Amino acid sequence: MSDATAAPERSYLTEGLTIRSWLLTRDHKRIALLYFATITLFFFIGGAAATLIRLNLVDPAGSLVSADTYNRLFTMHGVVMVWFFLIPSIPTTLGNFVLPLMLGARDLAFPRLNLLSWYLFIIGGAVTLYALAAGGLDTGWTFYTPFSTLYSNGHVVLAVAGIFLTGFSSILTGLNFIITIHTLRAPGMGWYRLPLFVWSLYATSAILVLATPVLAITLFLLAFERLVHVGIFDPKLGGDPLLFQHLFWFYSHPAVYIMILPGMGVVSELIAAFSKKPVFGYKFVAWSSMAIAAVGFLVWGHHMFVAGESVYAALVFSLLSFLVAVPSAIKVFNWTATLHKGSIAWDAPMLYALAFIGLFAMGGVTGLFLAALAIDVEVTDTYFVVAHFHYIMVGGMVAAYFGGLHYWWPKITGRLYPEYWARAAAILIFLGFNLTFFPQYVVGWLGMPRRYHAYPPEFQVWNVLSSAGASILALAYLMPIFYLGWSLLRGPRAGANPWGATGLEWQTSSPPPAENFATTPTVTRPPYDYPEPAAEPAALPRG
Amino acid sequence: MADASVTLRPEPQFGDLGQQRATALSGMWLFLATEVLFFSGMLTAYFLYRAANPEGFAEAGRDTELWIGAVNTAVLLTSSEFMAIAVNRVEHCHPRLLARMLGATAALGLVFMGLKALEYWLDYRHHLVPGLDFVGKGAHAHAQELFWILYFCLTGVHALHLTVGITLVLIFAVKARRGVFSRSYGAPIEVLGLYWHFVDIVWVFLYPLIYLTGRSS
Repeated sequence: MSDATAAPERSYLTEGLTIRSWLLTRDHKRIALLYFATITLFFFIGGAAATLIRLNLVDPAGSLVSADTYNRLFTMHGVVMVWFFLIPSIPTTLGNFVLPLMLGARDLAFPRLNLLSWYLFIIGGAVTLYALAAGGLDTGWTFYTPFSTLYSNGHVVLAVAGIFLTGFSSILTGLNFIITIHTLRAPGMGWYRLPLFVWSLYATSAILVLATPVLAITLFLLAFERLVHVGIFDPKLGGDPLLFQHLFWFYSHPAVYIMILPGMGVVSELIAAFSKKPVFGYKFVAWSSMAIAAVGFLVWGHHMFVAGESVYAALVFSLLSFLVAVPSAIKVFNWTATLHKGSIAWDAPMLYALAFIGLFAMGGVTGLFLAALAIDVEVTDTYFVVAHFHYIMVGGMVAAYFGGLHYWWPKITGRLYPEYWARAAAILIFLGFNLTFFPQYVVGWLGMPRRYHAYPPEFQVWNVLSSAGASILALAYLMPIFYLGWSLLRGPRAGANPWGATGLEWQTSSPPPAENFATTPTVTRPPYDYPEPAAEPAALPRG
Repeated sequence: MADASVTLRPEPQFGDLGQQRATALSGMWLFLATEVLFFSGMLTAYFLYRAANPEGFAEAGRDTELWIGAVNTAVLLTSSEFMAIAVNRVEHCHPRLLARMLGATAALGLVFMGLKALEYWLDYRHHLVPGLDFVGKGAHAHAQELFWILYFCLTGVHALHLTVGITLVLIFAVKARRGVFSRSYGAPIEVLGLYWHFVDIVWVFLYPLIYLTGRSS
């Protein structure tokens, strides 16, 4: 407080202090915070279900909960984490907040639609939460037919209705982002001057817009079949259960790229800002996002290698799945090359970014194992698959989300967070994560199937290790609540650009005014325009 | 009208009304892209099942009410004509004519819905509603039921879209009468027109798939 960085006199936080001014806001920054509060709640609900799962699996007999309760717990964990945390996570919070700032825009193209997206999200979330609280469902997050339509005795229709509504929230957000990036870039902000986070949001939005409607109609048909008791996917009538899987994964495989591309964008920002260097191979990193989104639409069949798909289709899907590794590897190599000879600062966001690179590489390479037909047949529905996608979704996406949250925290709140505690949490999350999920690779490879509430005793040591890691992870995830909460009330004022980073979002005050920029900025320089390392005598001081 | 154009300002995120119009139009085009994929899921099921059960689908298709489908096609295409005139009239600053064109569009949409309701009622009378008291005929009864399930899903979702369209057109007709739209502020009508034509085009695909293919062989 003693230095020159006092709070700005007015900001988006001071424009209206009533609850009404928040619930009817059209300001993308406030809507981002509404989303932030909502998905934080869902993160801890999904996390609570995971905690119970891991507690139950400490004992091979699985004596904590019944088999039926266990099925409902992992369904709840999957549904909440996929649709109510991972998919909205970075786009609706960090994306919503910084996208217009990065473009030099006043707001998104359709601010009212943005608010409508949030309302659809909380209504869908409330409906699904009600379904889960009223007894839940036991279908797994994938809702495979005909179990989900004819045999399951859970609240399938309600849960599906909630996800259907949330899907439209995703579609509208994606649409808003794409149109905004096309039409609201500041003068001089050409496509190759966009920050890489914007490119990744664009690719993500393309998937949101083109894949989610297929999920919506698939869930509609599922609910129709269950309600009216007629068999669209029922083999007794000549319907095809595999058609459901095709339609479902036509959405859900691209959706796993919704759950990683925004994280890749955040990591590009972090690596550049904390190496004080332009991102190596900018155009390759930008276009690799688009390539992942495009190829991601053509690989869904790899979820059905053992489900009765023709061998020739499986061969093609296997080959295409291998192709996704190319743009992913381009990103990893280019981030690494960016670090080379950079002036590296070990702040918490950078720790998360480095964790992301390592964990994503591990999850990505095991993804290649799974893309290989013969190995996939061997490990289908084992913990190997569970470990693989948690390395991407949790080790990758959640790490990037936390990294981005810390990086933009001073911009969002106007205050600094305590670096010591943030680093401690980042390191604990990394250690806890690996202890939780590495044993699952091993136990899956040894043949332990997923989704069972009990298992043979020879797998116990790996499960105990995993549960021990999960308890570290749970504590580490709780830490930010305390130190970020403290920062919100008592943290030192941040100033406009505490990291000395490039990007238009750092040129306005922290927190930004409601209109973002006093005058529309004009962009004259390329992105990540950091000074040459030779010109810098030492590491830059931070403000 | 002159007053309206003086006070017209773009929303704060836009530099001028031209940018606002272009943004709104591109937003609707992208939304229609999502709608295409929304319908494509059901159409995929239709094509797949039809390929697997050609006889059953042909038999079921011959039980549809051809005259209602045909009249409704004409009704909807004519409604799109009125909508096209409305979009064209915006530029000429004629609020009453604009309101009338929109009114005619909505009225034809309502005619379509009325005929659709009559058709559903006839289908019900002929025991063609799966889940209620469906009665199939001959060896392909199951495949016929699949056809009717998809028939109700496809036409039902289309009718839902049309209902949304009719509601919006009526609201816009009232606004048009009040002189809300003008040469410099006609984009909402254009955006609405895009949506209306899309719903129309969906029907142009559904009509042959439902009513004609079964009768062609």
